[in-house]
Amino acid sequence: MKSIGKVIYCDNNATTQVAPEVFEAMKPFLTDLYGNPSSIHHFGGQVQREIDRARASVAGLLGASDTEIIFTSCGTESDNAAIFSALRVMEPRKKLLISKVEHPAVLNVGKELSRRGYEVVEIPVDGLGRIDMDFIAKNVDSNTALVSAMWANNEIGNIYPVEEICRIAHSRGALFHTDAVQVAGKIPIDLSKMPVDMLSMSGHKLHAPKGVGALYVRRGVRFKPFIIGGHQERGRRAGTENVASIVGFGRACELAAEKIGEERDKVARLRDRLERKLLASVECTRVNGDISSRLPNTSNISFEFVEGEAILLMLNQMGICASSGSACTSGSLEPSHVLRAIGVPYTAAHGSLRFSLSRYNSEEEMDFIAEKLPPIIKMLREISPYWRKKHDPIFRIRTCTAP
Amino acid sequence: MWNYTEKVMDHFLHPRNVGELENPDAVGEVGNITCGDALRLTLKIDKASGTITDAKFQTFGCASAIASSSVLTELVKGMKLEDAAKITNKGIVDMLGELPEEKMHCSVMGMEALQAAIANYRGEKSPAGKDESEEGRLVCKCFGVTDAKIRKVAIENRLHSVEDITNYTKAGGACGACLDEIQEILDEVWKGKPCATDGRGGFVCMTVVQKIMRIQEVLDKEIKPHLQNDGGNVELVDIQGAKVLVRMQGRCSSCPVSHLTLKNTIEAKLREFICPEITVEEVK
Repeated sequence: MKSIGKVIYCDNNATTQVAPEVFEAMKPFLTDLYGNPSSIHHFGGQVQREIDRARASVAGLLGASDTEIIFTSCGTESDNAAIFSALRVMEPRKKLLISKVEHPAVLNVGKELSRRGYEVVEIPVDGLGRIDMDFIAKNVDSNTALVSAMWANNEIGNIYPVEEICRIAHSRGALFHTDAVQVAGKIPIDLSKMPVDMLSMSGHKLHAPKGVGALYVRRGVRFKPFIIGGHQERGRRAGTENVASIVGFGRACELAAEKIGEERDKVARLRDRLERKLLASVECTRVNGDISSRLPNTSNISFEFVEGEAILLMLNQMGICASSGSACTSGSLEPSHVLRAIGVPYTAAHGSLRFSLSRYNSEEEMDFIAEKLPPIIKMLREISPYWRKKHDPIFRIRTCTAP
Repeated sequence: MWNYTEKVMDHFLHPRNVGELENPDAVGEVGNITCGDALRLTLKIDKASGTITDAKFQTFGCASAIASSSVLTELVKGMKLEDAAKITNKGIVDMLGELPEEKMHCSVMGMEALQAAIANYRGEKSPAGKDESEEGRLVCKCFGVTDAKIRKVAIENRLHSVEDITNYTKAGGACGACLDEIQEILDEVWKGKPCATDGRGGFVCMTVVQKIMRIQEVLDKEIKPHLQNDGGNVELVDIQGAKVLVRMQGRCSSCPVSHLTLKNTIEAKLREFICPEITVEEVK
């Protein structure tokens, strides 16, 4: 196996590279400009102005106003803050609706809340991962505090009709929160035209560093802080600001706003090129998710009768970085909750591969993957005891459901 | 990212003896596609000498499953059947250097396939796999693991926690409904287990709670009555490995020969009833 000597990074839904412009913007705040933005003196105070500028940039990407943005430490914190706040301001309502395919940052909060006595209802999805709108309409009631549904799914890339879900929530007086961690910077967002109450985002998914996120809280929506302490973020999120990362996050949002067309055109074209080539050259594959409503950068493909971790480690030998929803990659013994929720057959769930691209990927990289992956699948299938039996009746209902 | 040894990566990237032997003398199949891993092992056996002359495998699974299978085929080639029957999952792990805890079930799968193949050759029922349910009660319904398998793996690998059992057998790794039951099986397996003669089992492998309960029981029944006859007493303070720390009380606390009581009575009784490795020290 030959290596081309560099990393081909196709795991951008996990994290992204820090954009060079972002790094440049951050540097002064890691060296000379180390003041505390809360200080009275100019040395610290000048830093506050840069945080405000970053806030305006984040708001700009979302079509929000500055005062609606609270900086947090990550997407997970934003999700936790939104949910716990909603439950407090909506007392005595005790019910929460979340989708079955949420990120663990929401899903596991739901599990914890149900242990604490809240009624947590999980919204099912269909075989393409589309959310069941009728179920939401039937289950949102006058006891519902919050509906939380992600804007796009990190594993299969499905984009959800958040505006419609939001209207159903509002029709019964419930709040609506969306985890938009995978969406910000990938597709346009305009919250001035949408009634979303709260929205989570994360810096490191759009070429800012790890350790910074934001929570949007619509003006007029009551909010109770999740982290208690000092007066930072106008009393809504205590703790000395992660200045350099916030500044980087702001710069990343400016870049994302400039390059959102590139995501739609270039990145989607690269994704489609890779997907088309792989589906054409490897038999018994299936695309997981809803290709009619999908993030431009995400492709989730199952290669039947082989196991995902084995594929990933073979790709790793060639410097190709991707991810898998197979059980073995996580050590959890079961395939990902998303693939199980959409009913991907086990023959395919264990062999799922997710490629998530960014504007830093190139056509040559896609062609390199499309050339190197098919022989890997072929080799692993030769090792697999199931491949030669793929036409056995036991697999008939589960096999080769190519789109 | 898993921390695989070079040996694991070598056997994964360059698996030995892949495929299926024609007209095999023995076939062992374990696992299924739902569970996420499966192994089909075929063997050629020289009937006169009872020696495995050739072995091939097919595996559906992750890197460690493929590596475990590959190394297994190398291990058994040229081996007498009766020796091969003694191979445990530990033997496979030792050949690979090590495996991450969460991947131990891959080595167990290798052992089971080998045992299934040997049973198949001898015309016996498979000890693992399809006939497993007849051998024991089904504990983990998600992964089809019986109490017999849990006991066997627990004893062979000296496993004391439910988490270990999940890592080695997958039992309890999905819905989690059987976790309490696994704990009960473990409690039963290790309850009052006498010390193994090789000095590695028994007491030192007990959980802290098990140790406390066992020592307290012996103190109460076998030791304290003697001391109390002379107006003394003893209290358990701490346990560090096989070292038991006690505080002498009553007349024992001021007795000039309490060190003899400590060794000749307390330590001797604990060694007699629990484990010869135990040492007792006094804390003031």
